[in-house]
Amino acid sequence: MTGSRRPLWSTITLAAVLAVLAPIALVGLGAISPSGDAWGQLWAGPLPGMLWSTLSLLVLVGGGALMVGTSLAWLVTAYDFPGRRVFTWALMLPLAMPAYVLGFVFLAVFDFAGPVQTALRSVFGFDVWFPDVSSIGGAALVMTFTLYPYVYILARSAFREQTPATYESARMLGDSRFVALRRVVLPMARPTLAAGVALVIMETLTDFATVQYFNVQTVSVGVYQVWRGMFDRETAVELAALVLLIAILVLGLERLFRGSAKFFQRGAPREIERVTLRGRRSALAIGACGGVLAFAIVLPIAQLLVWMFTSTGTVGDIGRAFEYLSNSLGLAVAAAVGAVVVAVLVAAGSRFSGSGLVRKAAHLVTAGYAVPGPVVAIGVLVIVSWLSGAMGRNPTGLVLLSLTGLVYAYVVRFMALAYGAVDASLEKITPATVDAAHTLGATPSRVMRQIHFPMAGAGAAAGAVLVTIDVLKELPIVLLIRPFGFTTASIWVWELASESRWSSAAVPALLIVVAAMIPIVIYLRRERRDSVILSDPPLVGAGARR
Amino acid sequence: MKQKSTFFVTLLVLLLVLSACGVVDALSGDAAVRVYSGRHYDLEEAFANYADETGNDVEFLFGGDAELRERLDAEGESTLADVFMTVDAANLELAASDSLLQPMDAAVVDGLPDNLVHPELLWVGLSKRVRTIMYHPDRVDPSELSTYEDLTDPKWQGRLCMRNSNNVYTQSLVASLIYHHGYDGALDVVSGWVANDTEIMSNDVLILQTIAAGGCDVGITNHYYLARLLEDDPEFPVLPFWANQDGRGVHVNISGAGVTANADDPELAEDLIRWLATEGQEEFVYGNHEYPVNPSVPPPPSIAGWGDFKEDPLNAQQFASLNAEAIRLMSEAGYD
Repeated sequence: MTGSRRPLWSTITLAAVLAVLAPIALVGLGAISPSGDAWGQLWAGPLPGMLWSTLSLLVLVGGGALMVGTSLAWLVTAYDFPGRRVFTWALMLPLAMPAYVLGFVFLAVFDFAGPVQTALRSVFGFDVWFPDVSSIGGAALVMTFTLYPYVYILARSAFREQTPATYESARMLGDSRFVALRRVVLPMARPTLAAGVALVIMETLTDFATVQYFNVQTVSVGVYQVWRGMFDRETAVELAALVLLIAILVLGLERLFRGSAKFFQRGAPREIERVTLRGRRSALAIGACGGVLAFAIVLPIAQLLVWMFTSTGTVGDIGRAFEYLSNSLGLAVAAAVGAVVVAVLVAAGSRFSGSGLVRKAAHLVTAGYAVPGPVVAIGVLVIVSWLSGAMGRNPTGLVLLSLTGLVYAYVVRFMALAYGAVDASLEKITPATVDAAHTLGATPSRVMRQIHFPMAGAGAAAGAVLVTIDVLKELPIVLLIRPFGFTTASIWVWELASESRWSSAAVPALLIVVAAMIPIVIYLRRERRDSVILSDPPLVGAGARR
Repeated sequence: MKQKSTFFVTLLVLLLVLSACGVVDALSGDAAVRVYSGRHYDLEEAFANYADETGNDVEFLFGGDAELRERLDAEGESTLADVFMTVDAANLELAASDSLLQPMDAAVVDGLPDNLVHPELLWVGLSKRVRTIMYHPDRVDPSELSTYEDLTDPKWQGRLCMRNSNNVYTQSLVASLIYHHGYDGALDVVSGWVANDTEIMSNDVLILQTIAAGGCDVGITNHYYLARLLEDDPEFPVLPFWANQDGRGVHVNISGAGVTANADDPELAEDLIRWLATEGQEEFVYGNHEYPVNPSVPPPPSIAGWGDFKEDPLNAQQFASLNAEAIRLMSEAGYD
């Protein structure tokens, strides 16, 4: 396929990329000329502090997630201890816990008026010291424990994918297990780990709900504040462009870290022979896995359950819970399907185009992941309004249009998750395979049907799972675009939480967590079924955008 | 398995289509007023009662004030919303100045205080919320308290809890300080709070709970959060103090509504707003322990015991035009 250019595929690919970028570009164009005045004031005022908070948070969460995710992945890959099989999959579950839910539970439990500090005061007196939880440290802790699964999942795949030969050689040459890990396993997993951390950082960068609970003023919070509070949409969008710029810098760093090295492994991959831990060491391993799960899953769910059964406040219309849940799930699945279809089209199309430039341009579809939700939503709203203006005031049409707009916005926002996974799967097709097919007389469309689509399948499934989970948890976009009478579980949480009715929000918050666990469990069942084919860990590509 | 997951996906997409049909169904019903609402305290019940009494259905879409205003703006003529309802005056006033609202009939606002109604009847206040000083009666003697400005006194060092600057209620309060003292004067006040090591918190309930637990002695919150906590626990140890009673009065904001510029049926929209200000007023304000705008409706029993107070007259234009300044000021003062 190298050499031959196919303009049709170039056109299709570029058209898809443009369609995905359109809402962001629309909003961005409105603010093309920097309003010097506002920037001067921002720079003299809160901006340096916001940049500092943002960078600190990125370093803390990125570093924290890297450490937690990688060490847990190594623990369940290289060692055996009671409960390892359960922990292996359970450690992915925190992905289902929205950071804003863990955030408010964390504050309710650990803040000054919460049960922990109250108990400490009653035992040790009024002046007992406790760290300030409503701080950047608190925010980083909560985000680390909800986002580390990105690193964990990718790291585990990388460790499983590595042939044990290198590791075992290092061991035979006398390296201790730790040294072998540091000198052989981690460097080889570096590209994958970098991809995982990049995902964590994008999520952290564009969050503005969780950080506000902790009163951390990041640039994304600034976008929100300038837009809602100073009524200055242009400057808000320019700030959002700054967020995008930070994201580009981070991705550049990721490339740097990944290096140009590409590791090809010889020999059939099989799992590293596990060392069985005993006694104190085994207890430590169980403690580490259990501790993480206790903090990220058990504690919040327990507190939510307590609230659910003791809260006297109004919960809202609980009879409609099923409707909210099915709205959430339907929307998430539609968005996942949409994102995966576009991702396959762009990833495969750019390869067929035969043009290096198109291949590079294709990566731009991932931009939405680095743009705060409200910016994407406004862009989509403008497009939806043009269309509905053309359509006239037809309520049925408007509702369908608005739902389509929602799905569209999610495809834009979370495309990176689907594209990364699909693209990485396609990357495994060697040019030799394609050439062989051509030599044997296969037409390009047959090559695509019989080689690319099946290969993309595994990545597509993984991408779909990640998009589904993110959409279930997402808030600003659905809040802004949904039609009349369309409520999801996350909106229900917001309605209660925004009025500080935390305890009443327990029911819908649990709904989201349970709903987000469904795709994870489906994925895990698939993985178990496929586990014979160790060379094909689908989620590995989710973050690898090349 | 493959068939199974295909089946699940189909099922879920079908569910979405079904719920879309449900939404469409609801929309194509008889006369319905459609409300974009930044408010959602027990509003569903009030709307249901309105529908029972008048036969007009109400459809509503909750969201943040600013987001809904932005949406109204983006939708232009194609909007389905007939009424825009907010929880603060600034966003109402901005919607009015952006030509997103249309004048109402004078009969709608009949009997309501002038300062709670837009001069050209583009919007009307429907309930009042008071942002005032809260204190722990065991650790603070009310005679020590007087004004917002007095909280800069060093005697309050380390004893204060306040709401973060991202919050619109804080922004309106600071905007009112700018209105009364000018930028520099207001900066002195806010800097004075900061100099007293004020603990900044992300919500009003947290402030009240921290006062109750002894973490602070004095805070500033909206009055109804306290009413709500007292409803759950009548022994909750925090009391309100009406600020600035010897001067301009305590800071008051409104929740209000207007008819959108592109409303399908403005008369229907006006009727809902009129109902909320009259027959429905009691239910509307009592649900959230707010103060009524209609002089013929008494304050809710839950807060009637807190007594009367003098209020700083609302000036929505000032709220709207000074809000951005207020944010800038807080950042200059180092108030997060």
